[in-house]
Amino acid sequence: MSAPDRTPPANAPVLAVENLQVAFRAGGREHLAVQGLDLSVSRGEVVGLVGESGSGKSVTGLALMGLIDAPGRVAGGRIVFEGRDLMGLSEAELRRLRGARMAMIFQDPMTTLNPVLRVETQIVEAITAHERVTAKAARARAREALVRVGIPAPDERLGAYPHQLSGGMRQRIAIAIALLHRPALLIADEPTTALDVTIQAQILAEAQDLCAEMGTALIWITHDLAVVSGLADRLLVMYAGRVVEAGPVAEVVEAPLHPYSAGLIGSAPSRNKRGARLAQIPGLAPPLGRRPPGCAFAPRCFNVRPDCSEPPPLVRRSGREALCRYPLSETVVA
Amino acid sequence: MTPAATLPEEPVPYRADPVWRAHARAFFRSPAAGLGLVILVAVALVAALAPWITPQDPYDLASLDVMDGTQPPGSRSFAGLTYWLGTDAQGRDMLSAIVYGLRVSLVVSLSATLIAASVGSCIGVLAANAGGRLDAVLMRLVDLQLSFPAILIALVLLAAFGRGIDKVVIALVAVQWAYYARAIRAQALVERRREYMEAARALALPRTSLIFRHLLPNCLAPVIVVATMQVAHAIALEATLSFLGVGVPVTEPSLGLLIKNGYDYLLSGKYWISTFPGLALVAVIVAINLVGDRLRDVLNPRLSA
Amino acid sequence: MLTYLIQRFGQAVLTVAAMATLVFLGVYAIADPIDVLAAPDATPDERAQISRRLGLDQPLWMQFATFVWRALHGDLGRSFVYNEPAFTVILQRLPATLELAFTALFIAIALGLPLGLWAGLRAEKATDKAIMGGSILAFSLPNFWQGLMMVLIFSVTLGWLPAGGRGETVRVLGLDLGFLTLDGLRHLILPAVNLALFKLAVVIRLARAGTREAMLQDYVRFARAKGLRPARIVGVHVLKNILLPVVTVIGLEFGSMIAFAVVTETVFAWPGIGKLLIDSINRLDRPVIVAYLMLTVCLFVLINFVIDLIYAALDPRVRLAETDA
Repeated sequence: MSAPDRTPPANAPVLAVENLQVAFRAGGREHLAVQGLDLSVSRGEVVGLVGESGSGKSVTGLALMGLIDAPGRVAGGRIVFEGRDLMGLSEAELRRLRGARMAMIFQDPMTTLNPVLRVETQIVEAITAHERVTAKAARARAREALVRVGIPAPDERLGAYPHQLSGGMRQRIAIAIALLHRPALLIADEPTTALDVTIQAQILAEAQDLCAEMGTALIWITHDLAVVSGLADRLLVMYAGRVVEAGPVAEVVEAPLHPYSAGLIGSAPSRNKRGARLAQIPGLAPPLGRRPPGCAFAPRCFNVRPDCSEPPPLVRRSGREALCRYPLSETVVA
Repeated sequence: MTPAATLPEEPVPYRADPVWRAHARAFFRSPAAGLGLVILVAVALVAALAPWITPQDPYDLASLDVMDGTQPPGSRSFAGLTYWLGTDAQGRDMLSAIVYGLRVSLVVSLSATLIAASVGSCIGVLAANAGGRLDAVLMRLVDLQLSFPAILIALVLLAAFGRGIDKVVIALVAVQWAYYARAIRAQALVERRREYMEAARALALPRTSLIFRHLLPNCLAPVIVVATMQVAHAIALEATLSFLGVGVPVTEPSLGLLIKNGYDYLLSGKYWISTFPGLALVAVIVAINLVGDRLRDVLNPRLSA
Repeated sequence: MLTYLIQRFGQAVLTVAAMATLVFLGVYAIADPIDVLAAPDATPDERAQISRRLGLDQPLWMQFATFVWRALHGDLGRSFVYNEPAFTVILQRLPATLELAFTALFIAIALGLPLGLWAGLRAEKATDKAIMGGSILAFSLPNFWQGLMMVLIFSVTLGWLPAGGRGETVRVLGLDLGFLTLDGLRHLILPAVNLALFKLAVVIRLARAGTREAMLQDYVRFARAKGLRPARIVGVHVLKNILLPVVTVIGLEFGSMIAFAVVTETVFAWPGIGKLLIDSINRLDRPVIVAYLMLTVCLFVLINFVIDLIYAALDPRVRLAETDA
């Protein structure tokens, strides 16, 4: 790309992903964990990425950060972040983006912080990785970062080791570290799953507020539709490595087009009446390398027809998309 | 994968594939382990047939000629014999000496391993079965012994006993029984809760039969694994002790003692007296380790369960 | 904690007592004590005199009491060869062995940690396989044979380093140390590397396994997501996590290094307590053997005791498990 284009137009998306393919090598063969993913995130937008475990949602997050390790690799597509194609960047250039312009937090706060390093060390190193500051200034910034995520007695916490802190506190610290440099994009990979329900809600709200305040776009990866439905602007539903449905959150939740989305919504506890049995999607998601031809969801689909063994078409309806030959009409869900 | 489903030429009555055959097939899937086994079989044959295949009887002092002393490899004696690996200071053909030394090394280490395995297994099974104080005392003893390096214990015993093949065997047994006792006790503690043991107990079989005919045979997999590794240790330890001059007597030199005898000449550039016995020793140990590693993978109860 | 300490200390004392009894039985009961304690060329008169002087006509338990009493006063008999108290003879040789062992320890850690890290980072690649192959050889081949080959290659063939002896030493704080002179250092390299090889293999394996495990941990992934440099991730995040187990194991293995120094010192004619032991066995100078054994037993028990304490201080779970058992 040419140099004058470095500042993208104001309305350009922070992140634009086209036809992303992530492959993993296993048993001498490559299998696609993510297949043809398209995604566009604007400044300050919150996108929910929903799917079961093994659907490729976490792999997508790592691929966006450039953190896919062998035996995996990004096998195709384009990731354009703030106007730069990440595929064309060197590892050093990527490293300068990571933690500064794009950040990521992970599922288990017990394990994302290094158990043998003090909290202060882990925050300060994240500052000095991207900025030349004095030790004193870095410490002040670290303290400030803890205050921002609502941690009481920050001076004490700075000197603590991770195991001396609660899970919620640790995840707050991880968020504080991720937001140190006011990134343009934060990818949150199930950051509340390992926490108590009450803490979950707090952290969710705080993360959202901070992102809104900084104009940070947020990709929230989760298996729990209830978590994102109150948080996200848009929703992407992933199944077996593909986005099977995408659209504004309210519309998808109210009237899903894809039977899988409908199944997910049906199995979310908050959507069910008290005392009623939780709806379930029968069967299990197919493991990598044993995905059926045609629609991968067909074997579990309540609405399956014979020609679902053919690859499903992409159906578009006024800003929404679904990968299904027989998308649902509103009446089916109700 | 090996073609497991080759059809028999003529119909035979159905028989379950014996366990050992499956193990054997798994074993030979590793070419390195196969090579190790071939080397071991060859070494065992050579050692067993030593008197018939060596050009010279290295113990027969009459056949030695000091004039042939420290000849380099490939030189010829007055009698027209070629010393392929050279000779030592007494004019002994190194090839013959190595084959006989191999014999001593193998006899010592194999008998030590066999005795240690038997003694250790009995103690381990007894400890597991008795439980309580006896178990605690025995295992404390095992811990205590294993906390001291094997070489130190062996040195102490040989310092007290003096040199001798039987004494080296005793020292090796004393050093190694604890490994077997510990391994088999762990296995026995698992096995004795199995149903076949419940059944045997319900039949009110005599205690000794219960332990030695029912429990012990089912605990042997770890013993085999420990034994293959300990044989290598035994060979190395015997060689070390003999090298230090406290092992086998000079009249029956093992590989270690041959190496020691050649050490002084090594410094003056006559490398062959030490080097070739050393290479034989190394080949045996590496071969055993290759076989042992594979056996451990194949027999590991935790992996196959 | 205090109960644990007392309990552990009691066990340590018990171990020393048990080993002292074994040594006593080995020297005084199994072998003929006169053979053990008199010079091999002693006349019958001298032998009878020694027998009386040592009270060998006394019952065994009395002899044991005397042995213990003398041992507690540091009197383990006189060396026939050196005509000095056995304990003094040992103490004179101890600095050489300690210098060798500490240098070997240093080499094992200083070389083993980076190699293990490197292998762990390139798991299953050629570098990893080469390093692991080397460590298996260091593991399984007899130590004296490795030493011999080092002599053959570096001393005899290449002529780079001396084959044996200790070289020039300087006296520092009453200890003769070799590593402070160039000549001493040249003499130290081969034996120290030889003694280090086995522990080096242990450290490499531990470090490699630890690195492989650590690299899969979320904290490493998070560190990468923070944009840290690889050097910082490996040098701080990974290294700190694998350091503790490595140091613990190496601490435990220090005792066995002293024991294995017997082999290395014999190969390289290093004038330490290990070579002294072998010489004493060959010359039947058994008071020195007894002194060596008592010293190493105490050293071992001391090391185990200290490691136990460190463990307990670092990990409260160990204390709980011990009191449960």
